[in-house]
Amino acid sequence: MTLVFACEVVLAGLLVAIATWTIVARTAFAAIVLFMVYGLLLAIVWVALSAVDVALTEAAIGGGVTSMLLMGAATRLRAPTTPVADVGLPLRIAAGLLCALVTVVLGAVVFFLPDVAPTLAPVAKDNLAASGLGNPVAAVLFVFRALDTLLEKVVLLLALVGVWSLASDEAWGGVPGLPVYARPGRILVFLAQILPPIGIIVGIYMFWAGASQPGGAFQGGTILAAVWLLTMMARLQDVPAINARWLRLLLVVGPTAFLAIGLAGFFIADSFLAYPPGIAKPLIIVVEATLTLSIGVTLALLVAGPPERLPQR
Amino acid sequence: MRLALDIITVVLVSAGGFFFMAGTIGLLRFPDTLTRLHALTKVDNLGLGLIVFGLLPQVESRLGALKLIVIWLLVQMSGAIVSQLIAQAVRRSGRQT
Repeated sequence: MTLVFACEVVLAGLLVAIATWTIVARTAFAAIVLFMVYGLLLAIVWVALSAVDVALTEAAIGGGVTSMLLMGAATRLRAPTTPVADVGLPLRIAAGLLCALVTVVLGAVVFFLPDVAPTLAPVAKDNLAASGLGNPVAAVLFVFRALDTLLEKVVLLLALVGVWSLASDEAWGGVPGLPVYARPGRILVFLAQILPPIGIIVGIYMFWAGASQPGGAFQGGTILAAVWLLTMMARLQDVPAINARWLRLLLVVGPTAFLAIGLAGFFIADSFLAYPPGIAKPLIIVVEATLTLSIGVTLALLVAGPPERLPQR
Repeated sequence: MRLALDIITVVLVSAGGFFFMAGTIGLLRFPDTLTRLHALTKVDNLGLGLIVFGLLPQVESRLGALKLIVIWLLVQMSGAIVSQLIAQAVRRSGRQT
């Protein structure tokens, strides 16, 4: 037991050290790489806390997609055409103070937590069987707190609309200028040919396993997004124009299916987002399958960035 | 039998840990990017490989063993390809540090 404890202490210390390093790193690139490492280490911490679902999400989103988004932002900032406003010292100090304040408040909240945290876990566990799902996390996401999950997907779409709104008028409806960091060559093409079949299977498996084991739509969708981005970066596939009909369809199919089944709950069950007993699991699987597709496409397009040029005809 | 398998696990995983340590020292101590990459490949191939093979006797299901081996192969592949990409970038930029 002491060995496990020692490992946990080392892990926690490492996490704090890397977090500090991320903040004090001089260049944006170094900070992003450290942030990526931080995300992966955090995933290990979640595994140590037996929260495998959270660990998978952290590794995929925190370590993967977020770092890609930050990398895109850093590249944009470095471009000579980007106007860089000089931030004065007072503003820097104010920002630093606000950040410190947030840290202190968060720390205080953690220290003054009640010894026995109020929890709904036993209630959720007792009613797990009614959902037909074996994974309590999936049951919370799609049955007990389905509204939160639905809104989360809508927020993701709104974020994409926000990114697209950065496009210039001429480029609207055009092709996103996906930032590519490695020059497309034979090696990248080789990777982009070998990895997608594996990635697609793992992505679909992740969503399918999510019903009874750790996994789910978000984690599966992220893997699908990653392999799609890889093939686009290796130039094996064109980046689609954002006004393509199929693309828009894929973006909304998940949230729409979720909303439709939720509205149907008024008639076939007792309320919004309620599932009739017996067919709860198949309905949830349909929602999750469409969500996996939508999440994958949304995340990939978030990374691809705002449209920059019109499609060649 | 159980004891023999446990001994195999301890020996192989320790050897893997040794390669991880050697690779990390190399990464920290070697003078330029290409030699540092060279140190890292030992970690991917031998370090992780030895740990995976050491863990195989402890796996209960055949599918679990297969998953471990697939993980090793995937890490090896991505490691090799990323090393190539980094080395290419270094050569193109002309900087060796």
